[in-house]
Amino acid sequence: MFEATPLLFESGAPGRKGFAFPPCDVPETSIHEAIPPEFLREEPAPLPELSELEVIRHYVRLSRKNYAVDVGIYPLGSCTMKYNPKVNEEAADLPGFKRLHPYQPEETVQGALELMYHLERFLCEIAGLDRASLQPSAGAHGELLGLMLIKAYHASRGEEGRDEILIPDSAHGTNPASAAMCGYKVVEIPSDERGGMDVKEVKRRVGPKTAGLMLTNPNTLGLFDENIAAIAQAVHDAGGLLYYDGANANAILGISRPGDMGFDIVHFNLHKTFSTPHGGGGPGAGPIAVTKELAPFLPAPTVERRPDGSFYLERHRPQAVGRIRSFYGNFGVLVRAYAYIRAHGPEGLRRVSEHAVLHANYLMRRLAPYFDLPYDRHCKHEFVLSGKRQKQRGVRTTDIAKRLLDYGIHAPTIYFPLIVDEAIMIEPTETEPLEALDAFAEAMIQIAQEVERDPETVKSAPHRTPVGRLDEARAARRPVLRWRPPAEDTAATQER
Amino acid sequence: MDYIPTTPEQRDHMLRTIGVDSVEELFADIPETLRLKRRLDLPQGMTEAELLRHMRELAGKNRHLDELVCFAGGGAYDHIVPAAVRTVISRSEFYTSYTPYQAEITQGVLQTIFEYQTLICQLTGMDVANASLYDGASAAAEGMIITCAHTGRSRVLVAETCHPEYRQVVETYLRHQGIAVDTVPAREGVIDLEALDERLENDVAGLLVQHPNFFGHLEPVREAGETVHAAGGLFVVSVDPISLGLLAPPGSYGADVAVGEGQSLGNHLSFGGPYLGFLAVREELVRRIPGRIVGETVDAQGRRGYVLTLQTREQHIRRERATSNICTNQALNALAASAYLALIGKEGLQEVARLSFQKAHYLASRLEESSKVRRPWQQPYFKEFVIETDLPATELQSRLVQEGFVAGPAFSQVGLAPETALIVCATEARTKREIDRFVEAVTHATGR
Ligand SMILES: Cc1ncc(COP(=O)(O)O)c(C=O)c1O
Repeated sequence: MFEATPLLFESGAPGRKGFAFPPCDVPETSIHEAIPPEFLREEPAPLPELSELEVIRHYVRLSRKNYAVDVGIYPLGSCTMKYNPKVNEEAADLPGFKRLHPYQPEETVQGALELMYHLERFLCEIAGLDRASLQPSAGAHGELLGLMLIKAYHASRGEEGRDEILIPDSAHGTNPASAAMCGYKVVEIPSDERGGMDVKEVKRRVGPKTAGLMLTNPNTLGLFDENIAAIAQAVHDAGGLLYYDGANANAILGISRPGDMGFDIVHFNLHKTFSTPHGGGGPGAGPIAVTKELAPFLPAPTVERRPDGSFYLERHRPQAVGRIRSFYGNFGVLVRAYAYIRAHGPEGLRRVSEHAVLHANYLMRRLAPYFDLPYDRHCKHEFVLSGKRQKQRGVRTTDIAKRLLDYGIHAPTIYFPLIVDEAIMIEPTETEPLEALDAFAEAMIQIAQEVERDPETVKSAPHRTPVGRLDEARAARRPVLRWRPPAEDTAATQER
Repeated sequence: MDYIPTTPEQRDHMLRTIGVDSVEELFADIPETLRLKRRLDLPQGMTEAELLRHMRELAGKNRHLDELVCFAGGGAYDHIVPAAVRTVISRSEFYTSYTPYQAEITQGVLQTIFEYQTLICQLTGMDVANASLYDGASAAAEGMIITCAHTGRSRVLVAETCHPEYRQVVETYLRHQGIAVDTVPAREGVIDLEALDERLENDVAGLLVQHPNFFGHLEPVREAGETVHAAGGLFVVSVDPISLGLLAPPGSYGADVAVGEGQSLGNHLSFGGPYLGFLAVREELVRRIPGRIVGETVDAQGRRGYVLTLQTREQHIRRERATSNICTNQALNALAASAYLALIGKEGLQEVARLSFQKAHYLASRLEESSKVRRPWQQPYFKEFVIETDLPATELQSRLVQEGFVAGPAFSQVGLAPETALIVCATEARTKREIDRFVEAVTHATGR
């Protein structure tokens, strides 16, 4: 079952085809007369040549070497790998959504605009804020847009000198990276002994240079920052704004709202909290919701409703920060998230968060005797263990993660957040049944015991996967980032 | 309707294990004042059947492209999507997984990305591609950021003939990094090379040209590239991947970075997204690439395998010094693009490009027969071009809808003038009959 799968380029035969285009039914124009020769391709692109069946087998075989939520528990912390309801796929696949051109006249896309209009309002209600942009294609994209709004807001008040963003040391890498992409300096704030942002430090570091603060709450330790009101006040008093990284919103739906906590901008990862599939790395969507004060800076176009009930795209937004992508965002993802919210309703969403938190605490308590638990308090939808104890036996967190693969289970997120030594970040989600939680716990406990008994087995894991542990150092040292025909390959190596 | 499998007995069992009496206790650390004391103000939940009825009703308020015939372009195209593409991307082993952090159990996704990177290189003639970016516009912005990082300069040039939304995205991204974006004006619907020359100082990091450009025209890419190189800047080209079945690849005319929108490769129009941005560079720029890259390696037994690599460029390692903030990308769309290219293959790419060229040129020749339709420019073009009539283009679009057709974008939809101009496009998906009927509809609409 796990034999190596040749690359597309190593398969097929010259002249083979997997698809037939219709014959040309129009009188032909001479290409050579219409296009000057220097524009034309001399050699066809050296694409593979396969039959349809070969292509299908290729991908089906590869798919069998791929772990996924539909295969088993996927407790990847910070990623909310919950079940992706199939009805949402069916909805997004309706021709009335899938077969729409972005520049169709508005009167022909009223259903699409209506969906976007309402989704914006749902997200605002969940966030406790006023207006939203559905344009960002992922969380990091939302962060970038949110920071641009912060910049525009300060500029509109003549406060261009505010060039610092405060970010806790527990933050996800996209937070500082987005701040830098937006031209901000990053001021890192240490965490306190309870895992929250050190309020004293926040107070010490805010000031006239502060543009804003970015925070995930519950934070990347899975802990609710109880001091959020004080933090918000300190930042606001200094004239800064607060950005909520909504990667962890699965813990708070209908329970607490970022807007009520004092945040001015929120992004949601629709591919996490609102169940749109992660697609093997994307697409997602990262809409941002904002306060009334920031709404004028949201990029064009927005979806608006006329008094007669029809919807339109408002392109005239004189204060807008500018577009961050073409068209209107990842519409197909928006359809799925809309369907998810409509299916759940207010009670359903609250149940989601209650169970996400219940499941995480259950797992945390089951595992606490076997691993270090650096912050021993109720967690929210995820928790972070430390592999410190196992490290003393010479076994690293990577080894534990790899060993889990032998148990047929995807590993948690590891080495994040950076403030926990040998971090193991576990997010079970509300859709995993107790039996799956228990199976995961049993596997982790057995591995903890193996570390004591037989550390070598863990250190050399995985043993039962299609390939053994892959040499990442070699991949980075001698990068092979594409296939080349064998002859070309040798020539290229000799050149080096 | 929810998807929570936990029964009340199981909940109680979990609560006992945790050592609390109620779920509420788990939320005790959220200050009372910050808790929502009411239900969210959202519509009531629905069962699957109710939901589907509702979603069908919403979808039914749209007039989709199996009903209206699509002659619209402007960065999103109605190319044929082979049925097998859907089979590939519907494998839930692919679509319900995430970024392949655990390589040994995600070889499927990793190998497909490695193949995607290779296919993009084969198409563009470049050396290295990444695993995808959000869309063509943000890929153009990331491409321009590479030019600044590489040259250490902080001014870039963008041809006015690029898609206006791409220009806006590039401008938005770069302005926030303190990089000045200057526009190189157009002449006769293509970049004005003299104006380019005038604007080129030794402080220019890079030039962005779209080829074919927003108006469908082929750009003097060789000359533009040589000019910017002479000033020490880098050359970034945004290409339509389908056009590369016919047109010379960016790697053959000196592009340092090739970017583009990959929607045409097996992805549905879906009202503007999700699509995928592709980005490929010359070898020398590899460490400046944004986002995920997959590389080949081996395990202890020497078996070939694939891993995420060169990660020290990325946000999770490098944080504020990363080449980009991108994390989640458009992997499933990239998978569709790969499956598409694998299916149509070497011959198919040439065919789809030739057919699109032929249909568009037939469409143009037929439209030219009408005295009410003008083509403002006579430049070589690929699959789309600009027409003007006496009507505001949005009015023409509405009249065409009544006859069953979609055309555009109208210039006013993308902030351009004149308001009487719009793009029309024909791909291989259009038949002669559809084109003839469309031309009649245009004649009728403009003759009223
Ligand atoms: C805490 C946190 N913030 C931000 C992000 C970035 O979101 P995205 O990958 O959607 O860009 C992530 C993603 O993993 C995250 O976990």
